Amino acid sequence: MKFTQALKHLFFTLTLLLSGTALADRTLLNVSYDPTRELYQDFNKEFIKYWKDKAGEDVNVQQSHGGGGKQTRAVIDGLEADVVTLALSYDIDQIAEKARLLPKDWQSRLPNNSLPYTSTIVFLVRKGNPKGIKNWADLVKDGVSVITPNPKTSGGARYNYLAAWAFAEKSYGSKDAAKDFVQKLYKNVPVLDSGARGSTTTFIQRGIGDVLLAWENEAFLAINELGEGKFDIVVPPVSIKAETPVAVLDKIVKKNGTQDLAEAYLQYLYSPVGQKLAAKHFYRPYQPEHASPEDLKRFPKLELFTVNEKFGGWPQAQKEHFDDGGTFDQVYAP
Amino acid sequence: MNAVSAYSFIASKKLTLSDPDWIRYALIGLTLGIIGLFLVLPLLTVLIEAFAKGWAAYSASLTHPDALAAMRLTLLVAVVTVPLTTVFGVSAAWAIARFDFRGKSLLITLIDLPFSVSPVIAGLIYVLIFGAQGWLGPWFSDHDIKIIFAVPGIILATLFVTFPFVARELIPLMQEIGHEEEEAALSLGASGRQTFFKVTMPNVKWGLLNGVLLCNARAMGEFGAVSVVSGHIRGLTNTLPLHVEVSYNEYDFVGSFAGASALAALAVVTLVLKTVLEWKQNQDKRLKG
Repeated sequence: MKFTQALKHLFFTLTLLLSGTALADRTLLNVSYDPTRELYQDFNKEFIKYWKDKAGEDVNVQQSHGGGGKQTRAVIDGLEADVVTLALSYDIDQIAEKARLLPKDWQSRLPNNSLPYTSTIVFLVRKGNPKGIKNWADLVKDGVSVITPNPKTSGGARYNYLAAWAFAEKSYGSKDAAKDFVQKLYKNVPVLDSGARGSTTTFIQRGIGDVLLAWENEAFLAINELGEGKFDIVVPPVSIKAETPVAVLDKIVKKNGTQDLAEAYLQYLYSPVGQKLAAKHFYRPYQPEHASPEDLKRFPKLELFTVNEKFGGWPQAQKEHFDDGGTFDQVYAP
Repeated sequence: MNAVSAYSFIASKKLTLSDPDWIRYALIGLTLGIIGLFLVLPLLTVLIEAFAKGWAAYSASLTHPDALAAMRLTLLVAVVTVPLTTVFGVSAAWAIARFDFRGKSLLITLIDLPFSVSPVIAGLIYVLIFGAQGWLGPWFSDHDIKIIFAVPGIILATLFVTFPFVARELIPLMQEIGHEEEEAALSLGASGRQTFFKVTMPNVKWGLLNGVLLCNARAMGEFGAVSVVSGHIRGLTNTLPLHVEVSYNEYDFVGSFAGASALAALAVVTLVLKTVLEWKQNQDKRLKG
């Protein structure tokens, strides 16, 4: 029959076309959170070149991005990431605990607690800062509309929440006051997107809200890509140090035969090239001496506190604030 | 005089039979307005945004390797799911229209299930079954078979949401036609196969084609269920609808709307085919009648 012939032909072409995309010998899958897209687009190109020079092998690096919590869930459910580059160590702890893909002491395996770069949370406001937002306290004022993603699914959102909480606890002196403060803050939030990138598009493309609580790199990127002269970055005097760790997933690299490649990939993030690229994409590099001074000039100085200092580490912060029945569930009523 | 009174009689009769002109025009205007505002205008926006940076940027983003991979995957998913759904639809419709058995109404309800279940749930159930922490996931993982976050999972999720399209189209049709013609064929000595291809198929072919078209449109356009099981690996498990979202999130608006325009083009092709089918079907009926 003509039809079956045609169908056979079609299937054959399809397989050919599909296999055409995977010509490189070995492939790494890097599962990451939302705002790192541009960084890894650049970094992967550099790494592929570096590996070709070093080992003479053509490799391919695939990327998957989304809200950090969602990505973590996908890895636990079987998304076979060779490396994860996530927004917070708690997410990688979860992978170690629930899926046992890497040992629990993973964070001590790479320099600086597996943090090749860090970031912080700043405010992005509309040009000229019409609502006069300078500090965390301004976010709870009447008539200020705040955009931040959902802390249940987004790592960035958890940093936002904890930063506001720590500010309030210090300024007003008690946990109850802090809870009141974040409750007022989330009353001013009209939409909770599931990831940082969704919130940025809500703020910029759809024009909703007066202030976006954003990753520092996301705020810079948004201005560069979309709104030169339409937005201002406001840096609060105090904010949270966003520790964004990276790790190799042992079980998966062993299965895929990519252990050396995956390890070299993460090591390369610490190299002068990796550090320079991190700073170029508005991440604060672990070794600033490798970054170009113009890039470093863009990072304003501010007082930074860590989750360990203020909340006794991520497991405790998670349990107290973001697990079912935690403070977020108590304060947020849509 | 007589003629004039007859004319005025007819004229007055006409007036009472049809709505006054202003209602007619108001209704037509309203419908056109709503369609224009909510259907045509957004489609135009897609095109305007897609061509915002000119033809070169548009074609460059459509021929980007990631976009091409997304199109290939979308076509592959449709090529695999549509025949399966068709076979299922025909057998289910056959069983329901031709045989009487217990639990028939339950079966009809079950076929409709994917219509009433949110596509996100459709994706999640497959994660729960085939995911690394799911029922069957560890077994598949041990045998190095990837289902979730790979092409098979995407096809499964698409199958789930497109399941009822062909069956739903055929069941009422076959019930309406009845089985007298088939019985006649059988009693005249035709084999079961001959009866199916020579009697049943010609009777239901338009309904079948219609169902296949709708199924195809859904298979290519499905977002929710596929998004859950895809893992969003660029160039590998992003279908065209997911590619649109990914590009949008990367501030690549030309790329995003170019992808959307490709999807819209597929939808328009489907619509045109559907119109042609309906027109042919009417001709067919006229010839028969």
